[in-house]
Amino acid sequence: MVKAEKEIANRPDNTAFTQQRLPAWQPMLSAGIVIPGFVLIGLAFIGIGVALFVTSRSIEVLEIDYTGEDKNSPCFKCSDQDVKNCVCNLEFSLDSLFEGPVFFYYGLSNYFQNYRKYAASRDDDQLSGDLDAFTSPSDSCSPFDLNGNDKPIVPCGAIANSMFNDTFVLYRVVNGVKKLVPLDGKGIAWWTDYNVKYRNPTVTPLKNAFNGTVKPISWPKPAYQLDTSDPANNGFINQDFLVWMRRAALPDFRKLYRRITEGEYEKGLPAGNYSLKIAYNYPVLSFHGTKKVVFSNVSWMGGKNEFLGIAYLVVGSLCVLMSIVMLIVYAKFKFPEDD
Amino acid sequence: MGMDFSSLRTLISRYCVGEENWVDSRTIYIGHKEPPPGTEAFLQQRFPDNRIVSSKYTFWNFVPKNMFEQFRRVANFYFLIIFLVQLIIDTPTSPITSGLPLFFVITVTAIKQGYEDWLRHKADNSVNQCPVHVVQHGKVVRKQSRKLRVGDVVFMKENETFPCDLILLSTSRDDGTCFVTTASLDGESSHKTYYAVQDTKAYNTEEEVDSIQATIECEQPQPDLYKFVGRINVYMDNEPMARPLGAENLLLRGATLKNTEHIYAVAIYTGMETKMALNYQSKTQKRSAVEKSMNAYLMVYLCILISKAVINTLLKYVWQADPNRDEPWYNNRTETERSRHIVIRAFTDFLAFMVLFNYIIPVSMYVTVEMQKFLGSYFIMWDDDMFDEELGERAVVNTSDLNEELGQVEYVFTDKTGTLTENNMEFIECCVDGHVYVADAICNGQVMPGATSMDMIDSSPGPGAREHEELFFRALCLCHTVQVKEEETVDGIKHGIHQGKATSFYISSSPDEVALVEGMKRLGFTYLRLKDSHMEILNREDEIERFELLEVLTFDSVRRRMSVIVRSSTGELFLFCKGADSSIFPRVISGKVAQVRARVEHNAVEGLRTLCVAYRPLSPEQYQEVCHVLNGAKLALHDRDKRLAEAYDSIEKDLILLGATAVEDRLQEKAADTIESLHKAGMKVWVLTGDKMETAAATCYASKLFHRNTQILELTTKRTEEQSLHDVLFELSRTVLRQHGGMARDTFSGLSGDCTDFGLIIDGATLSAVMRPAQEDSNSGNYKEIFLEICRNCSAVLCCRMAPLQKAQIVKLIKASEEHPITLAIGDGANDVSMILEAHVGIGIMGKEGRQAVRNSDYAIPKFKHLKKMLLVHGHYYYIRISELVQYFFYKNVCFIFPQFLYQFFCGFSQQPLFDTAYLTLYNISFTSLPILLYSLIEQHINMDILKKDPSLYRDIAKNSLLRWPIFIYWTFLGLYDAIVMFFGAYFLFDNTTFTSNGQLMTTNTQMMFGNWTFGTLVFTVLVFTVTFKLALDTHYWTWINHFVIWGSLVFFVVFSLLWGGIIWPFLNYQRMYYVFMQMLSSGPAWLSIILLITASLLPDVVKKVICRALWPTTTERIQHMRGIKESERTLTYHSSDSLIDGIAVTEA
Repeated sequence: MVKAEKEIANRPDNTAFTQQRLPAWQPMLSAGIVIPGFVLIGLAFIGIGVALFVTSRSIEVLEIDYTGEDKNSPCFKCSDQDVKNCVCNLEFSLDSLFEGPVFFYYGLSNYFQNYRKYAASRDDDQLSGDLDAFTSPSDSCSPFDLNGNDKPIVPCGAIANSMFNDTFVLYRVVNGVKKLVPLDGKGIAWWTDYNVKYRNPTVTPLKNAFNGTVKPISWPKPAYQLDTSDPANNGFINQDFLVWMRRAALPDFRKLYRRITEGEYEKGLPAGNYSLKIAYNYPVLSFHGTKKVVFSNVSWMGGKNEFLGIAYLVVGSLCVLMSIVMLIVYAKFKFPEDD
Repeated sequence: MGMDFSSLRTLISRYCVGEENWVDSRTIYIGHKEPPPGTEAFLQQRFPDNRIVSSKYTFWNFVPKNMFEQFRRVANFYFLIIFLVQLIIDTPTSPITSGLPLFFVITVTAIKQGYEDWLRHKADNSVNQCPVHVVQHGKVVRKQSRKLRVGDVVFMKENETFPCDLILLSTSRDDGTCFVTTASLDGESSHKTYYAVQDTKAYNTEEEVDSIQATIECEQPQPDLYKFVGRINVYMDNEPMARPLGAENLLLRGATLKNTEHIYAVAIYTGMETKMALNYQSKTQKRSAVEKSMNAYLMVYLCILISKAVINTLLKYVWQADPNRDEPWYNNRTETERSRHIVIRAFTDFLAFMVLFNYIIPVSMYVTVEMQKFLGSYFIMWDDDMFDEELGERAVVNTSDLNEELGQVEYVFTDKTGTLTENNMEFIECCVDGHVYVADAICNGQVMPGATSMDMIDSSPGPGAREHEELFFRALCLCHTVQVKEEETVDGIKHGIHQGKATSFYISSSPDEVALVEGMKRLGFTYLRLKDSHMEILNREDEIERFELLEVLTFDSVRRRMSVIVRSSTGELFLFCKGADSSIFPRVISGKVAQVRARVEHNAVEGLRTLCVAYRPLSPEQYQEVCHVLNGAKLALHDRDKRLAEAYDSIEKDLILLGATAVEDRLQEKAADTIESLHKAGMKVWVLTGDKMETAAATCYASKLFHRNTQILELTTKRTEEQSLHDVLFELSRTVLRQHGGMARDTFSGLSGDCTDFGLIIDGATLSAVMRPAQEDSNSGNYKEIFLEICRNCSAVLCCRMAPLQKAQIVKLIKASEEHPITLAIGDGANDVSMILEAHVGIGIMGKEGRQAVRNSDYAIPKFKHLKKMLLVHGHYYYIRISELVQYFFYKNVCFIFPQFLYQFFCGFSQQPLFDTAYLTLYNISFTSLPILLYSLIEQHINMDILKKDPSLYRDIAKNSLLRWPIFIYWTFLGLYDAIVMFFGAYFLFDNTTFTSNGQLMTTNTQMMFGNWTFGTLVFTVLVFTVTFKLALDTHYWTWINHFVIWGSLVFFVVFSLLWGGIIWPFLNYQRMYYVFMQMLSSGPAWLSIILLITASLLPDVVKKVICRALWPTTTERIQHMRGIKESERTLTYHSSDSLIDGIAVTEA
């Protein structure tokens, strides 16, 4: 009796799990499955690749460098840092209609928005309108947290301080007359940045919130004067400011400046001559950077990007190629079935 | 902390010469009574109280002590350093990223250890507080166990467990004996007899006991359960009487009193000094080969990590040589940073890079490996196939660290008796002076010897022979240590014999003895009992003969014999000796040696266990001398064993040979099948036994260790007598090497079973000659090498006549040979413990010779046949699982960290992390942890039945084949490739292009820019999917749990990312991930590139798998392939049972 009880007590549970006999699907990467799979994937990828490539090809891009390093460049005179409030005009012409909606970017190169110290040099509390953070900015902003007189800088930090401040005005030259092309600066930043993440302090007028603070050292005017015409585009929720604050991942980047969508330009920029009036403020030559303006239109897959299409084509063809190689290997060396 | 005091004292006094006696022995006053004045004054020593402390921590020291112990592990310490570096210097990632996982690991371990310690505290308390009866001033007083002191006289009743180590003073039984089971100490459930001190056994009441005046001198505590030497000085009228004390007087803590009403005993070792407590000390930890590879890989990765950090630091300073790059106007440094010395800056940068890349050695790998081993070992315990109904026992895992080592075994060292054989002895025959008596199977206690005897020699037994016959039977009835148990309720070893009315059992620690005594009973001589030092025998005429038992010269495995000295009722004195033939024959001076030897050899060839019996008549003078010698040895405090052995040697001589016995030990069920499977699996099986050569060889043939076509090479004393050892060795090695060239090819194709292979037989004496360290003769140094060379080419080796220590020596020799093969030792008895401890994997069989082997083993199984499943199925699975686990862990962390390294080239070496803190922290903890853990628990690349049916599959994983450097390098390069694809894929999408969101979700048709966190998130998303899919591709066994965990962890990643980016988290001081993941997913190109990059990452691995499978298939893959074909056929044609699959396995085998 004792023994029988002991036996039962000590006997392991006889379940599928404990005996490692759970029902299971046991797939195998055999050539019979992989080869057709590769062919299918390859063909699908080639199809997508072709579509992407063709789409990407149809996108027009116009890039104009205006750093002014070259003596022939219209902005050469402005490239000297000592020249203040320099304005230069960039002339260009379009042979055919530049289909809209046209996006107007500025581009910087050799500019490291991804420096670790630079990236951390901001105070999110300040930018969400926390007045306490106005008077005592976060340490992470250092050395752009306090000015020489120990007054807090708002918005603090290197990112805000280095905000891009060249401005552009685009004219269409019709019979020698410059006609202003309306630029739309609304909604160029992330919706969530504009509506949630960045907030102005709830003080009216906005100017009062900035009492006792100073503007960033490199800024010509304080944050509450970024766009005096439109209170919804002023202070921390200024679209240009938001665009700048979203740091680029790589040292050569472009950022959206304006969209050209209004009036007669809804369909795009018609063929003809254009003049871009640039208020040249932003120094880049000291670190061997360049500045450019870019006009581009978009497709369903975003901007011009030939890489994705080509990559799809390459991977797709590799798949097909590999399936052929595997087929040869398999046909030559397949398992002797009756071994 | 009595322990500390005493050890300190020992240490101090070790330096004080002259007080050695005082140090190595202790003096105890029974009942704390001072010895009478005038006797030598002893220095009163202080002993610890009887508190047992098995717990490691107290409430107060838990946190610091536990922390200290945890951080002593190199890995934990490394992560602590990283964490501290992050706290101290300004580093790219927040300290949380390494602090949180480390905290998690430390906390989980601390909680586990704390809980275990709490349980220990509870157990300690219940033990320490349980009541004990102590004699004080002539009265029995109750005391808490922990208050017991050395010298207290304890009163114990039946079925009570001894609270400390005690010297038995007196018992309720007249003969001063008591019975004890030591089941909880060594698992031997047989009742052992212990003896009270001769001079005190008469003191039988509290008052009497209290009047005893005596001191005990004994050695300081030592852990050997079976050794004890001491001396008691009983003062009778102030005159000391010295008596020796031995292990037979010592009751051990943990043992239980049985069949005895009550006893009085005195405490000599208490608390942590008891033998049981001293045996708590854990064995030295064994490390598996996989762990060693893992550590080697870790070193490689540590080098990679350091070189990465150094390269980046150097490049950073090269790159920063241009001041405009060093400090462009938009990224000014603070004054303090500028004023810092360049060396400090460089060093800080180096540390920062280390921190950034430290994830390449993940803290979670250790946790996962630990969990895998711990949880995985349950499958061994749960295995119903390894449950033995007869014993009611299942497999036991004593350490889970070696699970995968079971899949790597190359040499199996097995004991014979009780391991290969049943250890269920049956008396077959005896031979007296060449006349053979066979025990009738259908006996009723009335066997006519004449009717069943068959004469080997023509002459019929004369009167002298008749006398020898009578002596022979009496010798066997008297020369043993068997006890008679007159109850039925004994669990353990039992043999029911109907003895008139009462049922009684013979109990002995040696099954041979029981078989012999039973055999004698069948031949008409029944051993009844031992009463008042008299052994009673019922002879053929139903008369009771009484012999006074004077001395027992107990059996030991070195002497290989035992003797008793008895006085017959007529006053004659005899020494009866029984033992192995090799230890009897040299001591025999007369008797029919030749005939007996012939019979012994004949029986040995039949596979029977033989013993020889001899006697020596003693004259009273001789007996006096013997007594003198024995007592001298027994009283010795130092080297008692050695002196006893010498005494025995001098007594057991001038013997007259009586005859020999033969006992059969049947092979265990399926032992032959198991050995054959192990052979097919490429393991070399060695049998190490103390048995004689012929017997052992017969067992080897029966268990198919040797086949008919096995060429047997002998390296025995017999041969070395004819030739010198040197010549024999060289001749054998020539024989073997001649064949070897031809054999090599077959070994690789796994067909070596067909061609002639070699079996070697070596005996203990020759082995010690071979192992003897090199002397001036330069050739002898090479014997070991030559011997190893011969052994390597033999598929089976039989070592007979081995002493326990020699077994361990053999294992050590093979372990240390140049290939460093993985060894496994399996045995059931105390004599196998040394080899079980020595081998890489030690397996205990729950046999009949007690639990010592099981206690010291790494794994214990009920029967030898279970070894097959243990190695071929469990070992194979665990190896496959853990090797994938290790490789995959390194792979997934290369994928994880290499993009960060590449990113440094594009962010001015500023240590900018590519991934968000949350992703860095959770990657190894949650996003990619569960699938690989589950894989490493339940993966089955091949069905269990096939693994069992086709042992040659075991060769596929031999020699740590899945963790070799080429495979490790392949995985690392795969990781590098994947990292490069992921990083540069994302790079080309972001670089100077308008890789942007269409933003349809938020506003109409805007073109919003993606920043640096989106870049990282894109890479990270591809990363998580790629590594998870890679594991999915490697999984061959998809249960619902796999589906749940693999897809579940991907879903978890997505849900987490949505949540992490979906809310402004109030406790964070940055909101950089806000909506990043959603914005990314709202972009068509992001989806397209995620799909593209995952495919491109997985592509080469799939191609490699398919091509390797077709070009260089392993046996495993062939079988998987076959199964695949058969299964597809089956779905096409008809449904059949599993037998079809099994059929393939058989043809493959």
